[in-house]
Amino acid sequence: MNDRHTPERGRIRIVGFDDDDNRSDNDANGDYDTDGATPTGSSAGPTTTAETETMGASTLLQPGRRLENAWRQFRRNRSAMAGLTVIVGMAVLAVFARPIAISTTEVTITLQPFSLAPSDPSATFVGPANAPPSLAHPFGTDWAGRDQFSRVLVGGRYTLSIGLVAVALALCVGVPLGAIAGYFGGWIDEAIMRVVDVLYAFPLLVLAIAIVPILEPVPILGSGYWTVVVALAVTGWIGYARLLRGEVLSIREREYVTAARALGVPDRTIIRRHVVPNAIAPVVVQATLNVGTVVLTAAALGFLGLGLEPGSAEWGAMLAQGRSSLLRGDWHITVFPGLAIFLFVLAINLVGDGINDALEPDQDGGDDRRRMR
Amino acid sequence: MALLEVEDLVVQYYTEDGMVRAADGISYEIRAGETVGLVGESGAGKSAVSRALLRLLDGTGEIAGGEIRFRGRDILELSADDLRAIRGNEIAMVFQDAGAALNPVYTVGEQIAETIRAHEDVTDREARDRTIALLERVGIPKPATRYSDYPHEFSGGMQQRAVIAMALSCDPAVLICDEPTTGLDVTVQAGILELLADLTAESETAVQLVTHDLGVVAELCDRVLVQYAGEIVERAPVDELYYDPKHPYTVGLLAATPRLGDDRERLPTIPGMAPDLVAPPTGCRFHPRCPYAEDCCANRHPSLVEPASGRPADGDPDAHVAACLEYTDDLEGGLDYEVQVRDEADNSCRERKRHGEPR
Amino acid sequence: MSMSLGRYVGRRLAITVPVLVGVTALTFSFVHLLPGDTVDALVGFRDVSPATEVAIRTEYHLDQPVWNQYLLWVRDVATLEFGESPVTGRDVTTTIGSRLPATLALGGAAWLLALAIGIPAGIVTAVKAGEPADELGRIAALAGIATPNFWLGLILLFVFSVRLGWFRVIPPDAPLASVATAKFLVLPTITLGTAATALVMRLLRSSMRRELDAPYVATARAKGLPERTVILKHVLRNALLPVVTVAGLQLAFLVDGAVVVEGIFSWPGMGRLLVRSILRRDYPLIQAIVLLIGVTIVLANLLVDIVYAILDPRIRY
Repeated sequence: MNDRHTPERGRIRIVGFDDDDNRSDNDANGDYDTDGATPTGSSAGPTTTAETETMGASTLLQPGRRLENAWRQFRRNRSAMAGLTVIVGMAVLAVFARPIAISTTEVTITLQPFSLAPSDPSATFVGPANAPPSLAHPFGTDWAGRDQFSRVLVGGRYTLSIGLVAVALALCVGVPLGAIAGYFGGWIDEAIMRVVDVLYAFPLLVLAIAIVPILEPVPILGSGYWTVVVALAVTGWIGYARLLRGEVLSIREREYVTAARALGVPDRTIIRRHVVPNAIAPVVVQATLNVGTVVLTAAALGFLGLGLEPGSAEWGAMLAQGRSSLLRGDWHITVFPGLAIFLFVLAINLVGDGINDALEPDQDGGDDRRRMR
Repeated sequence: MALLEVEDLVVQYYTEDGMVRAADGISYEIRAGETVGLVGESGAGKSAVSRALLRLLDGTGEIAGGEIRFRGRDILELSADDLRAIRGNEIAMVFQDAGAALNPVYTVGEQIAETIRAHEDVTDREARDRTIALLERVGIPKPATRYSDYPHEFSGGMQQRAVIAMALSCDPAVLICDEPTTGLDVTVQAGILELLADLTAESETAVQLVTHDLGVVAELCDRVLVQYAGEIVERAPVDELYYDPKHPYTVGLLAATPRLGDDRERLPTIPGMAPDLVAPPTGCRFHPRCPYAEDCCANRHPSLVEPASGRPADGDPDAHVAACLEYTDDLEGGLDYEVQVRDEADNSCRERKRHGEPR
Repeated sequence: MSMSLGRYVGRRLAITVPVLVGVTALTFSFVHLLPGDTVDALVGFRDVSPATEVAIRTEYHLDQPVWNQYLLWVRDVATLEFGESPVTGRDVTTTIGSRLPATLALGGAAWLLALAIGIPAGIVTAVKAGEPADELGRIAALAGIATPNFWLGLILLFVFSVRLGWFRVIPPDAPLASVATAKFLVLPTITLGTAATALVMRLLRSSMRRELDAPYVATARAKGLPERTVILKHVLRNALLPVVTVAGLQLAFLVDGAVVVEGIFSWPGMGRLLVRSILRRDYPLIQAIVLLIGVTIVLANLLVDIVYAILDPRIRY
């Protein structure tokens, strides 16, 4: 192809570079990840960056190290830590707002004696009705003369617990169903996904609204609390099922799963060690963010009067009187409960984002981990 | 004055583990019409150098020093508009993964035509006609129909041909190919290489070919640069590099290339791991992996010298230079390797050169 | 060659049918899942004369086996025969029909707002990632998502209508397509659209950031295309795809929002109707509204899938 022939042409062989006698104890070189990762080779083979990255992603670091790394990453995220602080703070306030006691007919065990709230949230007319904020009543009073400040503090209990419990329940249903659908495929997958599709056709709030009258008379669900929780859990699981199924589907096709299968590893173990740890990350993020969505929906239910029993200190329910009092000019009844909801959901979103960044770092220019060629 | 001159180029990336110097003072030149190969292991920084030429570093990469002169003008000093005029027009780049290099939502034809439209004052019709002609030139059958096809409807080899067509659409003076055949089937590879050779010979385009594959280099290149750990460790015309390699790393690369008819039981490798570019080894960066390393290798950093005389490289692009302390008479043991050339005719082994006579 | 659009649409339709069946079945069973006798539910738990009871039984085919009931109900519904509301006595179909345009207007306006602000904001914050504009955008988006829409509505109402008097507190007595009504719609639209805008912005931003790392972007730049072309022609087209996918979810989101927002602004739409029906135990009306919502969303998602297939040639392959 060009005219640069040298006198000798022929096949080249190098002798003396890395022959057996030249070889030292080079077998001990290199970092071998103990979990069976492929050792980074030393030959000039075609290892593209893409391949290297895939190998890196599939190498399962010991779970402990991964969590540790994630936590460290999370800690560095200022807004995420701020969010976490707010949530913890709110939780503390909720717990210590009023005493918590378990009582049977004979014994009353006080779990928590402190009372940060100045008055009983259901005590009426501890001050003049609709009074604006003052030193005695930092958040003012509502139409029944109840102290808003106490009500907001105690209301946190409903909000936080509804959020956590509803999401937890939804996870318990959604994750297994999604994993089964994704891993086994076939008609199981079809059936579950059709159910999900049908439920998906209804917006969250609308579905919850429709479920509430059905659940109301069920005896164990008694007060509005559990009705709301169950309604939200029933509507919430579909998101996780779909998400997990998608993740499992893509992981199932990855090379390390195929490799594990080829090695004869049983399905059970594959799911446990390879599929679930890699699939769980987006679900954790989604679940965290969903606590916020659930809280907003629960508050909306309360606002509409469909949630807990009327008069309870749930933040959404407190806002139900908002419109009429606003038109009268009493802004304090609306602002404080709403502000509490806003802060909580904002904090949860910051934490959720932080978890997202910690578990799956953004390739956002700052955190460039790309290997070079 | 050469067409493209790179002088003391320093490219660095900020990573979580520290600052990585992909290129630490690299200098070379490319003259009109010649094909220069840039060889090294993955992770040596070859792609970074190529991207730096067009100021296309991604992520946290930045050019921290040096000059890149194209036709005498320093690319690093150009305004955005001037740079844009050069990209694709005078210096074009072919990236490794052709499928990923094409935008999946636009037709292949459109993507080529838009390049032409961006640099030349043509009508849409003219751009389209030229594109179809280009597609035909690179060996894509039924070019007029294929113009309206999407990238995913092309096979890997066809995608690569389309990307080459795209790069050559405005008749650039320099073509930078970053691993153009990696990932392709061997037969497809051969086709692509032949295409590249034809096209560049025909249009006298200078080519910088970045690859880890020594076979590709042998096919296409006039001269070769060997890069290790961000530095050029050897530079030579292609035949001399293969038949008379001077740097131990080059020797290792050649030794490690599998060959048909090799009857040894074990394939030689370059011992050790790819160097850590955050904290490269002291002295000669190859010394931890070099079978011939001696104590001085860890202390003194070798510069590019002419092996015969030990004189520093004077910038003559055709000179054969290597960066090893052996050639400045600092090694005691010498380099103990040998290049054997097997004559195809009589299959006997003729010794070509022997190094390593002890002092 | 790639699968034709027609075949793709056909396949999607095939999947949609069982989903529609499920949706109708679920809605159908709603009334039957309610506590107590179905007749009671249908008359709103009132005492009615035996004659009325018989009439109800006939009208709703309650003496037939469940499957027949379902099929007959579907037939009725397909001809928009929803029966009468026991509470208002008025024909359900007419009632819904009179409120539907109002909700469509509000929802449509909010959706347009979300796109008109969310898309440019998403582009800007993606391109200027890391800069103050991006940080500001991020905070704004988070605030927008975290704000309960009913709270936002109340506050906007208070500040702009009650205190500043710029807007009316209740809708004007004017036709839907009038300037007065349009003006009134400003606050409700902002209330309903804020969260959606924030979501679009964030989604587009993350989608664009992901695309900006793609090799074809480097190639486009290497070709010497102006940066504007690279972003608006190459990156945006790819980055919008996930946003389109989410459009279907957006609809559900907006419906949810409308339920509360309409109440705050006394907007005579379906959301308010639904809430009132729940409180008054007007189950036939509830059932009809829920069915309408469900079917609409399923069809909207189908439409979104088709649009997506038009935009992304890979899907049809």
